[in-house]
Amino acid sequence: MSGVYLSTENQPFCRGCGHSLMGRAIEKALCNSKSLKPLDVVVVTDIGCVGIIDKQFKTHTVHGLHGRSVGLATGISMGLQDPKKKIIVMIGDGGATIGLHHIIEAAHLNINMTVLVHNNMLYGMTGGQTSGLTPQGFKTPTMPEGRPDHGMDICRLVHSAGAAYARRILALGDFSDVLEEAFAVDGFSLVEAVELCPSHGVKYNPGRKLDELTESVGLSPVLLRNTDKPSHRVHSLKENSNSLLDSVPGIHASFNHNLRGTTALLLAGSAGEGVQSAAELLAKAAISCGLSVTKKGSYPVTVGVGFSLAELVFSTEEIDYTGVSNIDAALVASADGLAKSLPRIEGMTGGILFIDSSLQNPSTAAETVRNDYRKHLGPRSAALLLAAQFVRKTGFIEMEAFFKTLAESKIGRTITREKLQGALEELTD
Amino acid sequence: MKTPAKTSLIDASRLMIEGTVQAGGQVFVGYPITPANLLYAYSCQRFPMALPVPDEISALQLMSGFSVAGKLPVTATSFPGLALMTESIGMAFMMELPMVIMLVQRMGPSTGTATCGAQGDVGLIGNINSGGYPVPTLCPSSFEDCFTLSARAVEVAVKLRTPVFVLTSKEMIMTLKSFDLSMIDSFEPVEREWYKGSEPYVPYLPGGNGVPGFLPVGSSEHQVRFTASTHDSKAALQHSTEEALGNTKRLRTKMEQNLPEYSYYDYEKEDSDTLLFSYGISAAAAREAAKTLRKKGRAVSMLIAKTLFPVLPEYLEIANSYSRVVVAEENLSGQYREILFGRNGREGVSGVNCIGRMITPAEIVEEVSR
Repeated sequence: MSGVYLSTENQPFCRGCGHSLMGRAIEKALCNSKSLKPLDVVVVTDIGCVGIIDKQFKTHTVHGLHGRSVGLATGISMGLQDPKKKIIVMIGDGGATIGLHHIIEAAHLNINMTVLVHNNMLYGMTGGQTSGLTPQGFKTPTMPEGRPDHGMDICRLVHSAGAAYARRILALGDFSDVLEEAFAVDGFSLVEAVELCPSHGVKYNPGRKLDELTESVGLSPVLLRNTDKPSHRVHSLKENSNSLLDSVPGIHASFNHNLRGTTALLLAGSAGEGVQSAAELLAKAAISCGLSVTKKGSYPVTVGVGFSLAELVFSTEEIDYTGVSNIDAALVASADGLAKSLPRIEGMTGGILFIDSSLQNPSTAAETVRNDYRKHLGPRSAALLLAAQFVRKTGFIEMEAFFKTLAESKIGRTITREKLQGALEELTD
Repeated sequence: MKTPAKTSLIDASRLMIEGTVQAGGQVFVGYPITPANLLYAYSCQRFPMALPVPDEISALQLMSGFSVAGKLPVTATSFPGLALMTESIGMAFMMELPMVIMLVQRMGPSTGTATCGAQGDVGLIGNINSGGYPVPTLCPSSFEDCFTLSARAVEVAVKLRTPVFVLTSKEMIMTLKSFDLSMIDSFEPVEREWYKGSEPYVPYLPGGNGVPGFLPVGSSEHQVRFTASTHDSKAALQHSTEEALGNTKRLRTKMEQNLPEYSYYDYEKEDSDTLLFSYGISAAAAREAAKTLRKKGRAVSMLIAKTLFPVLPEYLEIANSYSRVVVAEENLSGQYREILFGRNGREGVSGVNCIGRMITPAEIVEEVSR
């Protein structure tokens, strides 16, 4: 017969399949849910025998990938943000196996939806293979001796994750009252209907009845609730968030530079020792002198340990290509930095190298300046001190630009201009 | 030359997210991965909604759900994340769901080097769909492009009802640069039009441009259906009926049919027998090389591709008018060169390729001068 929600005549399932009983139960339960009309319901299905029913629904339907229907439905539930819309997921035990993660996540967040797990204890569509929910001892074409270990208990899993409602039933007779109860839950509800696949389950487990079989393997009916957890509510969309372009400060070119053409600098030190912030400060100071600048950071993925390198390019022209082949200056604050940048420093054919006195002199054609950079303001400010001395010695930008940028930066709160000037006076150029 | 109104030290991740949101991106669905993390971070500041998900399969599934519900979702990832997303990208493509996926290339294979840039996913992106159906892919070659093409990606996604890639790489979106923000235009959100007809909505009935009208699920007037499997215009699953095959073929033709509106490339034509061809992060090296060559008196034409997929017919038309073509891209085999000219190549076509570092202008100059 053709129902209000589902054309239940000629359901596309094998004779005797529990999936057909589920179809009839959904029709009846939805009709009994008086507040709902067909277009208030979104049925989400996926790959597996159960999924082919979707074209018989008169509701909205979304038919996706094997096992991913709960992830898809989570997005739909969050996207609609409409508690009057009922989202129903129909999935098999195979789908629940591959997509278990989505089910746990939706249960954990208590997303508004009802998941109907059609657990016929095997993959019916593909030949009856064992699934994650196949119980111990149940025989399948791929495990004809019976599954030796336990299958997963989807109800207990989602209950542990925080589902508002989890219920296991046997797919026998009319169980529409259970579905009606599940549909009415505010939050995540799951009904596991245990079935016997007439094509594979019955053949490999002859003579066994569903009630006896489920009892013997610990799949007896169960109802589990979490009553203390609110259903998931999406925060309403932020309106008028600030433009990312407005929130970044502009830098006015109020100082002068003394650069001709382009120069590239490598600042090398250890992670956590302020290399990147010193490089950024130098970059901003150069912009305040009207130069074009690029800055790249390089560090191990662990971020907080090992080397930290910054490459800076300064130019009187706009910089398009941001790669750096040869460096004109190297500022080395630590052994980590030296080890990582050694080949490039050794490859320098001129230019200038500033290096901490604690480190060995690399073999390089660059003019070398050695000072106790790590001692004067501490290791965490060695990179800053190196950058400041680079500015002082080369005069490529006004020193005042560096001090002003420092004063406006976070570093400037702890390293004042006076402190930095004091340390600079201790250095030999 | 006009005085820069506002110069800042910024990275292009900021520009990509700003462009996407201005054009109508609504929900950022994020899973962390280097080197796409800045995109995630900016999204949390700027997107109307930003959500964490437990993995990249979930990212694409949630995005598809949001898209089905009428929202415009965006994500950002790198190859390992893309690998997990791939099946779901095919689903979104088949369902014809608007969304934007930013792919920040890093060096592979596998997890490779997360903090090293690359252009190694081009071949994969070009053939990401089973059956060879191209997913529109825009590829920024400058900071300005990062803003503009990210916004255009939203537009393409909505107008063509499709996932769209913005293909970039680590060096492009993590490098800080002094940049005049007054160079940036602004975008209005792309207008979304829902089906309003009185006849029952047919979800995959194409309009004149080959693109079906869109209606989110939850409509109180019309039943709405979406399907990832082969289907007819009503989204009913079909094995291989004529109508269903026609619908599947339309997924390719709708891209090609609308291509002229989304053809982005820069072409500098000179009186030369040589064309310099590049895209993405290597484009700047090509531009520098062209400048150097021209200063030396060596005329060279240059084509910077920005719409990578579907491949624009103009690329081969232009390339075939040159006896020499030098293609610069940061991968070993010359992936886009192979797409354009086939594995056997063509006489006069050569590549400048490398991995683990950016291609230098000098290498391109050398190849052109060879």
